[in-house]
Amino acid sequence: MRRLPQYAALVAYIVFLAFPLLWLLSTALKTPQEMALTEPTWIPREPTLANFTDAFGEQDLVGAALRSLIVALFSSVITVLISLPASYAMARYRSLLNRVALGWVLVSQVFPFILIIIPLFMILREMDLVNTLPGLVAVHVTFTLPFALWMLQGYVRAVPPELEEAAAVDGASRLRSIVSVVAPLLAPGVVATLLFAFISSWNEFMFALVILQNPDVMTLPLTLVRFTGPEGVARLGPLAAASLMATIPSLIFFAIIQRRLKSGLMAGAVKG
Amino acid sequence: MTATVTRPAPPRRPRAKRRHVSRQTREMWLLMLPALVPVLLFSVGPLLYGIGLAFTDARNTRVHETSFVGLENFTDLLADGDFWASFRIGAIWAVSVTALQFLAALGLAVLLNQNLRFRGVARVLAVVPWAMPPVVIGLMWKLVYHPDAGILNDLLGTDVNWLADFSLALPAIIVVGVWTGMPQTTVVLLAGLQNVPKELYEAGEMDGAGRWRRFWNITLPQLRPVIVAITSLDFVWNINQFGLVYVLTQGGPGGQTRLPMLFAYEEAFRYRFAGYASMLGLAMAIVVLAVLGLYLWRQMRENR
Repeated sequence: MRRLPQYAALVAYIVFLAFPLLWLLSTALKTPQEMALTEPTWIPREPTLANFTDAFGEQDLVGAALRSLIVALFSSVITVLISLPASYAMARYRSLLNRVALGWVLVSQVFPFILIIIPLFMILREMDLVNTLPGLVAVHVTFTLPFALWMLQGYVRAVPPELEEAAAVDGASRLRSIVSVVAPLLAPGVVATLLFAFISSWNEFMFALVILQNPDVMTLPLTLVRFTGPEGVARLGPLAAASLMATIPSLIFFAIIQRRLKSGLMAGAVKG
Repeated sequence: MTATVTRPAPPRRPRAKRRHVSRQTREMWLLMLPALVPVLLFSVGPLLYGIGLAFTDARNTRVHETSFVGLENFTDLLADGDFWASFRIGAIWAVSVTALQFLAALGLAVLLNQNLRFRGVARVLAVVPWAMPPVVIGLMWKLVYHPDAGILNDLLGTDVNWLADFSLALPAIIVVGVWTGMPQTTVVLLAGLQNVPKELYEAGEMDGAGRWRRFWNITLPQLRPVIVAITSLDFVWNINQFGLVYVLTQGGPGGQTRLPMLFAYEEAFRYRFAGYASMLGLAMAIVVLAVLGLYLWRQMRENR
C-alpha cells in the first residue's frame, strides 16, 4: 500500500492519455441520432459501423485518400532511391559532407517553416507545380531527405567494408559490389526508411496546405480539416471514422518499429 | 539523441591510395548528386531566398515589381500591435507547453522506470500520440472540446465553448500541445533515467539519503544533459508549431491563439505580403536562436 500514490499518479496519466482516444472511438461508433443528444454518452447505445461506410461513400474523402497514397508512395520511393547512393557516400568516404548533412538536419529544425515556404511557393509557381501532386512530392522528398540520409548511412556503416573488398578481389567493380553485396544487406534499413518517408508524407499538413489550394487535388489531412462544414454535429461521426482510418498507416508503422523502439530507447528496464 | 547502434567507422584505407583521391572524390560527388539537387533547389535555396525577401516589399502575386526596402519591414514589424500580440501569445504558448511537457513527462518517466503494474498499458499509451497524424490529433481534441457533442462539458458539468472562449482558448490548446508532445519527451527522459548508474543510488542509500534527496541530488544532476537537449528541442518545435493550432482554432477567437507562425501564414497567403511575412519569420528565427543560445550557454557554464 506504500505504492498507492504512485498508482494513483499512473492512473491519472493513463486517463489523461487515453480519454481523447476513447472519445474519438466512441464518436466514430455512434448513430447521428445519438450524436444529437444533449447528454453525450461514453458507450454508444447502438454501436454502428455506418460512419465508416459513410466515410467511404464520401467522394471527397476517398479521392483524397487515394491522392495521399500516391503522394506518399512516390515520395517514399524517390526519397530512398536518391538517398541510397548518397548515404553510401556519407558512410564510406570520410568528408566534411557528413557534418554538413547533420548540421542541415539541425538547422532545418530551428528555422521557421514560413521562411522557406514563401520562396518555395514562388519557385514552385514559376515551375507551374503549385496545385499539382508532383510539386508536393518534390517538397516532401526534400524535407524527408536529411533524416532519411541519416537513417540509411547508419545501416551502411553496419555493413563491413571487408565484404566489398572481398568482392573487389574477385573482380567485381565498385558498382557491382554495391548492387550485389551491399544492397541486399541493407534491405531492413531500406524498409525502415521507406516506411518512415511514407508516414512523414502521409501525415504532412503544412506544406500541403500552402501548395494545394484547389479542393480537387487536396490530400487527406487537408480534406479532413475541411470536412466539418457548418452543418453542426451531423457529420462528426463520419469525420471521427475517417480520422481513425487515416491513422492506420502510422499505427502499422509504429507496430513494426515498436520492437526497435523498445530495444533502442525504452529498453534497459530488463537489464537491471 | 537516439540510441541507434552504429558500428565504429571502417578503418581508413591505406595511404597508398592517395593517387586515386581525385577519382574517389568524383565518385563521391556523383553518388551525392541526386540528393544534393533537391536539397539545394527546394530547401537551401528557398531559405536564402526567404532571408533575402525579408528586405524587400515582395507581394505574393504574379504581377508585382519587387524592390529592395532595407529594414522597412523590420521597423513596420516593431510598430505592429498585432505582431506583438501574436508574439506574446507565442511566448506564453512555447514556454508553458515546453515546461508542462517536461514536468509531465518527467513524472511519467519516473513512474515507468519503476516496477509498477499496468506499466505496459501506460507505455503503449505514451507512444500513441506520437503515431497519430497531427491533423487527427487536432480533430480528436475538437471533438472532446465540442460545445454540444463534446465530452468535456459533460464531464465537468459546464456549458463552455472552449475553443471559442476568449480567455479559455489558449489554455485549452496548451493542454493539447502538452498531450501531443509528451511521448517524445517521456521516451527520451526514460532512456536517460535508465542510464543513471545504479551504484550512485546504492551509495546514496548507504549515506541515508531519502527518496526525495536521491531524486534531487542524484537523478536530476545525472539527467541534466538529457533534460537540456530535450527541452531545447521541444521549445523550438513548440515555437514553430503551426498545424495543430491551425486545425484547432485557426488562431481564433479574435486572434487569442494566433501563434507567430499562424500570423505569418495569414500575412503571406491571405494578405500576400511575402516580404513582411519573411521578415517576421526571420525575426522569429533570430529570437529562437538567441533564447536557445542563452539557455545552452547558461547550462554549460553552470555545468562546469
